Amino acid sequence: MLKLYGIEVSSRLLLGTAGYASPDLLRQAAEASGAEVVTVSLRRESARAKTGQGFWGLIEELGRRVLPNTAGCRTAKEAITTAQMARELFGTNWIKLEVIANDDTLQPEVFGLVEAAAELNADGFDVLPYTTEDLSVAERLVAAGCDVLMPWGSPIGSAQGLANKSALQTMRAYFPDTPLIVDAGLGAPSHAAEAMEMGYDAVLLNTAIAKAENPVTMARAFARAVEGGRLAFEAGIVEPRDMASPSTPVVGTPFFKIDNVS
Amino acid sequence: MQILVNGERFTTEASSLDELCGVLGFAGARIATAVNGCFVATAARARTQLSEADEIEIVAPRQGG
Repeated sequence: MLKLYGIEVSSRLLLGTAGYASPDLLRQAAEASGAEVVTVSLRRESARAKTGQGFWGLIEELGRRVLPNTAGCRTAKEAITTAQMARELFGTNWIKLEVIANDDTLQPEVFGLVEAAAELNADGFDVLPYTTEDLSVAERLVAAGCDVLMPWGSPIGSAQGLANKSALQTMRAYFPDTPLIVDAGLGAPSHAAEAMEMGYDAVLLNTAIAKAENPVTMARAFARAVEGGRLAFEAGIVEPRDMASPSTPVVGTPFFKIDNVS
Repeated sequence: MQILVNGERFTTEASSLDELCGVLGFAGARIATAVNGCFVATAARARTQLSEADEIEIVAPRQGG
């Protein structure tokens, strides 16, 4: 079973809670996905609307383990303060650490990420860093105390799937014992299955389900793809080969004549 | 005294962060706070004095990816 910072997690699909057309759709999609971990964020609370108070009620009702993020933070300092606020707000040491470089790509700002990760790990957080597939950054994150790494599949919300498969494969091989979660950029269940077939431990996604025409059915589709991909990885996928190889036994083929063999 | 609350100018006579949260109707609400970029835990709000031009963040749970 997947273990993240000592916690056993039965579902290898981690689900984002943003962008659903209604709280009820989120509730149903979370149910259909089977996700045990859901990501959440924190935002400025208006004294008038008090939006967050209602959302907290929904989170409690979902009854899942929450993974707060630091989405939108641009510097290590912002991310650290946000993480500290999230720890108090949600009562968990888990933090999906995001330090964002720019609006167009939403790519991780890896220097700030490593800096924030080191400080938060030292402060008792369990840091799940949203990073790239760059191995030198990954090594620094591990050295900074991260026991889990979350490389992007492709830019957040882009639905492009795994943009750099070969690098993700290398990362898997390079960190055989570190839980690796593909986070961001998945669009179709096949993308999730692909990551799982590569041996990734889990996937984290939001938009692909929240913005699907039917989020509840899509949640079910992703749940099956993740499970299928994982089973395939465990079962051992055959190596591709250049030439054909008959699957039906050759011995005893009717009308066989030795002269016909080329 | 003029301060910034969640990026907006706010005039208040509240001397502590705890008092400010009360004035804004956040008593008992699920919120977290920061002053001038530094986290202030719930237990520390009462002893956190406010000064002119302080920048206060008051946040709450929200949907996230």
